[in-house]
Amino acid sequence: MAKPLEEVLSHPVHTATAPRKRFWLLDYLSTVDHKKIGLMYALIGVFYLIVGGIEALLMRVQLFSPNNHFVSYPLFNQLFTMHGTNMIFFAAMPLIFGLMNLVVPLQIGARDVAFPFMNAVSLWFTFVGALLVNISWFFGDAPSAGWFAYAPIGLNQFNPGHGMDFFIVGLQIAGFGSLMGAINFIATILNMRAPGMTLLRMPLFTWTSLVASGLILFAFPPLTVGLFLYMFDRLFGGHFFDAAMGGNPVLWSHLFWIFGHPEVYIVALPAFGVISEVVATFSRKRIFGYTSMVFATVLIGFIGFMVWVHHMFTVGFGAMADSIFAIATMLIGIPTGIKVFNWLFTMWGGQIRFKTPMMFALGFLPTFVLGGITGVMLSAAPADYQYHGSYFVVAHFHYVLIGGVVFGFFAGLYYWFPKVTGRLMHEGLGHLNFWFMFIGFHLTFFPMHFAGLYGMPRRVPTYNAGVGLEIWNQLSTIGAFVMAVSIVLFAMNVAYAFIRGEKAGNDPWDARTLEWTLPSPVPEYNFAQTPLVRGLDPLWMAKEEGKTTVTPAEPPGPIHMPSNSYLPMVMAVGLFIAGLAAIYHRLFFIVLGLEVIALAMFYHSLNDDEGYHVLPEERALAKGEGA
Amino acid sequence: MRPKHRIGLLLTTAVLLLGLTGCQRADMSVLDPAGPVAKMQLSIIMLSVYIMSGIFVVAMGILLYVLIRYRSRRGQNQPPKQVEGNNVLEAIWTIIPVILLAILAVPTVTTAFALDAKPTGSNVLNVKVKASQFWWQFEYPDLGIVTAQELHIPTGTKVNLQLETTDVMHSFWVPRLAGKTDLIPGRTNTMWIQADQPGEFQGKCAEYCGPSHGVMDFLVVAEDPRQFQAWTDRMKHPQVQPAGDAAVEGEKLFAQNCASCHSVAGTNFKGALGPNLTGFADRIKVAGVLENTDENVRRWISDPAAVKPGTKMPKVPLNEQQISAVAAFLRDLK
Repeated sequence: MAKPLEEVLSHPVHTATAPRKRFWLLDYLSTVDHKKIGLMYALIGVFYLIVGGIEALLMRVQLFSPNNHFVSYPLFNQLFTMHGTNMIFFAAMPLIFGLMNLVVPLQIGARDVAFPFMNAVSLWFTFVGALLVNISWFFGDAPSAGWFAYAPIGLNQFNPGHGMDFFIVGLQIAGFGSLMGAINFIATILNMRAPGMTLLRMPLFTWTSLVASGLILFAFPPLTVGLFLYMFDRLFGGHFFDAAMGGNPVLWSHLFWIFGHPEVYIVALPAFGVISEVVATFSRKRIFGYTSMVFATVLIGFIGFMVWVHHMFTVGFGAMADSIFAIATMLIGIPTGIKVFNWLFTMWGGQIRFKTPMMFALGFLPTFVLGGITGVMLSAAPADYQYHGSYFVVAHFHYVLIGGVVFGFFAGLYYWFPKVTGRLMHEGLGHLNFWFMFIGFHLTFFPMHFAGLYGMPRRVPTYNAGVGLEIWNQLSTIGAFVMAVSIVLFAMNVAYAFIRGEKAGNDPWDARTLEWTLPSPVPEYNFAQTPLVRGLDPLWMAKEEGKTTVTPAEPPGPIHMPSNSYLPMVMAVGLFIAGLAAIYHRLFFIVLGLEVIALAMFYHSLNDDEGYHVLPEERALAKGEGA
Repeated sequence: MRPKHRIGLLLTTAVLLLGLTGCQRADMSVLDPAGPVAKMQLSIIMLSVYIMSGIFVVAMGILLYVLIRYRSRRGQNQPPKQVEGNNVLEAIWTIIPVILLAILAVPTVTTAFALDAKPTGSNVLNVKVKASQFWWQFEYPDLGIVTAQELHIPTGTKVNLQLETTDVMHSFWVPRLAGKTDLIPGRTNTMWIQADQPGEFQGKCAEYCGPSHGVMDFLVVAEDPRQFQAWTDRMKHPQVQPAGDAAVEGEKLFAQNCASCHSVAGTNFKGALGPNLTGFADRIKVAGVLENTDENVRRWISDPAAVKPGTKMPKVPLNEQQISAVAAFLRDLK
């Protein structure tokens, strides 16, 4: 919400004009602008998507034939551990935070997030957390206990190298970043909506981001606690998870999955939000059943906290516990089904335009429905005793996480790319990108259902020959390379857009929400005048009235902007030093790293930086230059 | 733009049929159960496949229809009618899934309880399963037999398994007989299995347990009760007398190098750290994964970590001729 003009002007203005232009790299390193931060999140996400993808390809080559020796067994175990860790924590999470940063403030008519400085801290913590986990390769050995690092296989006794220490400390640091990011988005969405945008007028991507942030707020603390106990066990000789000393390894499993299951919805819900935006825009229709979509989202988030034991059906909790969690899990199918049918009926009666974002949304639908179907199948506990820990599960969660999150993310990327860069990507290349990914995906993961039913456990570097597993694995390996081609095509398309991409204009897709009222790329202050919102899809409402843009809610005035700061990066570097030192028990450097953070926080608290104001005349000037 | 899902659906159905009709060999197939536990589990699997296939077909049918019928055409100058929703439709796709899930939930719960009920009575065989990185021990407390890697059971008999681990988590899985139960440090889990027909059923460790998790295999050998009786008799009174010169030499080497970890019933070899080798010559596999041939026995002894990285069994300092002698001794353990 915009502040009254008098209040804005009552602040001491340190710089009447915008600060001098920095070299672009330094600008990005010190930025607190949600758009640049979002872009960097997305870059981190894409980078680790590629790293995790390469790890997956190496595994698929190993599994092309039984008793293959392309990689050694221990190396294979490191590969699947790092693949899972990278994809969930350092690809999916940053991609989702990237989209949230790029889009949510624009969709709600805000000029930035609630806490821009903290936003940058979140980004840099995520960055160094990911870095710390991944540099373990160069320090001897990568973690090798699987991405859920069950005890006791991840404890010192069975995993004596430092790999697991990198995993624990790195995840802890990245987790702080995610938690701060979530708090930031909850505050932003609840407090900074444009006048008139009630909760039930928020775009669905904003709604899903809000619910996902709420899930992070409640799901990450169990992980933080669990990692803390794990850290004590590994670094300080604790015995929380050591059965021989009276600890309990199942405690870690519980803590991990109390986090781990909501985590799936943390990354999936914003992707659902993207699909809602894209399907509505490219059908040129209002989303069908908006209210039920909102309630379904909230319900999925809520029930998502009560189903974690379905990851542990084979632990032996007995029929009663298994039945309760089986039924709770089935219940999630209901709101999810509501969403799917609402998407279908949004298209019903519309004018569907098959642009690249829509292609990804359409690819999402059958893929995600299949993932949901196997999800319900897995929830039936006695059946799960057979699926559990087999390739059937591998197939299922890749259908949800690639079919749901990656397809959803690519739909969003193609959709908002012109808004972020001002350029359109190539439609033909985009379609090619989609088809390679869609076909490659199903070729990779559909056969895995059968590999699982034919007795192939997950996380195995080899499999029994002559029992019918070869063909499924060979199809999977071929499919994985087809998917790799699709990523290359995507990179080519981005390059094309920057070199020869068509100029996008404000509203290239004939869209519905506030971000499309802004110029592309969006100016640093987003909205010159905060818009007035009178219903769902404000831009569409304006177009129906024959206007090209949404009525502003305030007269033009000076816009208060936060200053750049290197402190978030400095704090992250301090945490990185402290983390690395903790792994190697170097007390001096632990203290040094923590001191860097403390000093940075101290400096930030005392530094009375009021930011600067962008004045209306400057905006006109900038506009004139740009035109 | 042509609708793509027609072809996709056709392919999906084709692959689904291909997979489910079992054109594959079924040694480890969940879809080819050989006992009541796996049969109960398969019936839940199939029920859920039918229900969910129905939902998939309906949803994809609507998608297909919508993509053909409502694609944008030339000459559409007016935007389509903006519909907010439809309470009746929304109620339908809330209530129908509730009913379908209830149909799935009832047998889910009853089967879960049926599988959880511990079999009792005189005709029940008790077996203690102990898993270690990367091998399985099977102890028959009522019969006084300990063996490893191969679990012999009589057909038509309920077998109570007590599952424990000596190190990390493992999971006991014999796809054709029963789904998994984890073996967890500090816990004793139970499950039961039963084989209705004689045969060898491949078992796998299904919880990641270290470098050789992928080759932590075992076999369940189901025999008709009379053959099982004969096996127990052999295990109780095994033939341990080495027959040839090489075997005699092998016995000496075994005593010096192997007996601190391996035990053989009816001898002084009482090591408890490694697999019990009583009746080794009758085993189908060496170390659970290699065919039990002389060559494979020698291969295993000469470098265990080459077959199972991370195994606790050391490379014993024996030359080739000595390894052959030990193999000859093992060949005589019937």
